Amino acid sequence: MPEDWDADRAAAVIAAHAGREGALLPILHDLQAAFGCIPPQAIRLLAEALNLSRAEVHGVVSFYHDFREHPPGRHVLKLCQAEACQSMGCRDLAGHVGARLGIDMGATTPDGRVTLEAVYCLGLCATAPSAMLDGRVVGRLTPARVDALLEGLA
Amino acid sequence: MIPRLYVPGDAAAVAVGADEVAAALRRNAPDVAVVRTGSRGLFWLEPLIEVATPQGRIGYGPVARADVPGLLAAGLLDGGAHPLRLGPPESLPFLQRQTRLTFARCGIVDPRSLDDYRAHGGGKGLARAIALGPAAALEEVVQSGLRGRGGAGFPTGIKWRTVAATAGARKYVVCNADEGDSGTFSDRMIMEGDPFVLIEGMAIAGFAVGATQGYIYVRSEYPHAIATLEAAVAAARAAGWLGDNAADCGFAFDIEVRVGAGAYVCGEETALLDSLEGRRGQVRAKPPLPAHAGLFGRPTVINNVISLASVPVILAEGAARYRDLGMGRSRGTMPIQLAGNIRHGGLFEAAFGVTLGELVDDIGGGTASGRPVRAVQVGGPLGAYFPRALFDTPFDYEAFAARDGLIGHGGVVVFDDTVDMAEQARFAMEFCAIESCGKCTPCRIGSTRGAEVIGRIMRGDNVAANRALVADLCDTMKFGSLCALGGFTPYPVMSAMTHFPEDFAGPRIAAAAE
Ligand SMILES: Cc1cc2nc3c(=O)[nH]c(=O)nc-3n(C[C@H](O)[C@H](O)[C@H](O)COP(=O)(O)O)c2cc1C
Ligand code: SF4
Repeated sequence: MPEDWDADRAAAVIAAHAGREGALLPILHDLQAAFGCIPPQAIRLLAEALNLSRAEVHGVVSFYHDFREHPPGRHVLKLCQAEACQSMGCRDLAGHVGARLGIDMGATTPDGRVTLEAVYCLGLCATAPSAMLDGRVVGRLTPARVDALLEGLA
Repeated sequence: MIPRLYVPGDAAAVAVGADEVAAALRRNAPDVAVVRTGSRGLFWLEPLIEVATPQGRIGYGPVARADVPGLLAAGLLDGGAHPLRLGPPESLPFLQRQTRLTFARCGIVDPRSLDDYRAHGGGKGLARAIALGPAAALEEVVQSGLRGRGGAGFPTGIKWRTVAATAGARKYVVCNADEGDSGTFSDRMIMEGDPFVLIEGMAIAGFAVGATQGYIYVRSEYPHAIATLEAAVAAARAAGWLGDNAADCGFAFDIEVRVGAGAYVCGEETALLDSLEGRRGQVRAKPPLPAHAGLFGRPTVINNVISLASVPVILAEGAARYRDLGMGRSRGTMPIQLAGNIRHGGLFEAAFGVTLGELVDDIGGGTASGRPVRAVQVGGPLGAYFPRALFDTPFDYEAFAARDGLIGHGGVVVFDDTVDMAEQARFAMEFCAIESCGKCTPCRIGSTRGAEVIGRIMRGDNVAANRALVADLCDTMKFGSLCALGGFTPYPVMSAMTHFPEDFAGPRIAAAAE
């Protein structure tokens, strides 16, 4: 579970990387692991700690697909939509999942249960179509297998 | 002797149930040692488990959790008969036909054990490099003919020479483990199955060019690889392989693992360096070359995982052994990845020269769906789509280039006859638009326009004029882009249009009704 924003906790996360070359990305990963996203307050702290402008920090956060400005749903399902999975029907699978959850790619169900995202390659291209559910990899997906995965989610 | 079972911990094996199988084995046979290995790369047989017997290892697969009690009852621990029994894995034709140099240990050893690595021949490359000295070690890499496996195919030894010759108080070795191309997983397999070979390759690079710090930049989509690398780097440091007195030889070299953040363009070497420095991953103009002014402006070797992981065997067995394999200017072996809609998908390491047709029809066994093969994309999202008519193309950098294609990082993605090539071409443009770093207008804007125009062709709107427009746009992208993201997106688009014109003739339904 992501923690609520806590400036002291964030400062400690940042301080743990003191003196590291090119520390911004590792810090952002750690902040997101703690808070589920990169909250706006964190940008100000980072700018001060690393002697960067807030615009620079924000520029980095917004450049990378991984970093979120808002926390995701309780579960995150990343469906691979790249070529190897396309050859095994991932477009139809995405349609099925979207219809089942009632949301588009990139959205979160209104109850906050699942965020559905596209990912471009998980390196599971010989066991396609594949996906990652809360960090767990799954391959050779069928609509029935995805349904079973989604069923078990709180 | 405690019986030993080997169960892959490779992400693709895990994705199809290897963890559940390992857990079931531990539960049903508590007195057995279950060793987690990498994968042998026969993914249609995963989870492929192996048992050590006096006659060598015996494989079983694909094993589901529910098969475990039956397998044990059938005498799994003694290599007993069972419908899933495959025999010795080395005798499977898919493995027998390979020349495994870079992947010699992958799927066999415990990837977290330096002792196991050494017991299987690991470490000899670094030892020989040290015995030869930096200059002679570097010369071996030059002589081997090894070319970069990340895509561009630049001679690795020549790159190292430039870094060695550049003065600098601090130099870096950066490993490009961003592996963003769909249809590729060889970097991932090495990092998860034999990470010490990468560490050894980086240490040899550091020794040869005089670099003291290494970074492995791994994509965040690879959590298993990251965990295995972290464990291996820690083990190498604890054993004195890395650190102030690396390999007990008085040279300092250390490695840190860094994690990307979901940006395809960060696989481009200069964007990767910017990302490592903590900035947006934007492509830098060259010159300066990274070899002269790379990470933090210092001389930097940047190489793909497979390039670096191929160096230990080259040093251990000598440049000639490697150079004598292959064809033309493509020397040695290439870990080819058979992916997508293919019956026998997996990792196939072979000397250059094997044809696309052999790979797809013969070794790959055609499609997984059982339908005819229609198109094959080679070399990732920036690679061309080839029709059956080009299946005689040998796997060789120049042969693919001569046919307006590329081998890239060696990914082969097979599509059956249900594929809509206009849809694939449109995706290539969309992908470029999503992943563009934003520096060049033809890449940033052209790709968005390109996707729209292909959409119009698909709707049957002004087809001839819009096809000409796509060709024109591709020309602009090809010549007006700083890097290969914008510059090579025309490959999949134009190859789809050239080889599959029938899919760009207007709406499918109308065509069927004619
Ligand atoms: C858009 C783009 C993405 C790339 N992605 C990768 C990648 O994921 N891995 C890689 O090794 N090289 C990638 N490259 C190639 C690198 O720029 C570079 O050529 C390579 O790291 C050099 O190492 P090598 O000589 O060992 O191949 C990419 C290039 C471009 C233009
Ligand atoms: S071609 Fe695209 S990705 Fe490459 S530098 Fe230009 S804008 Fe960036």
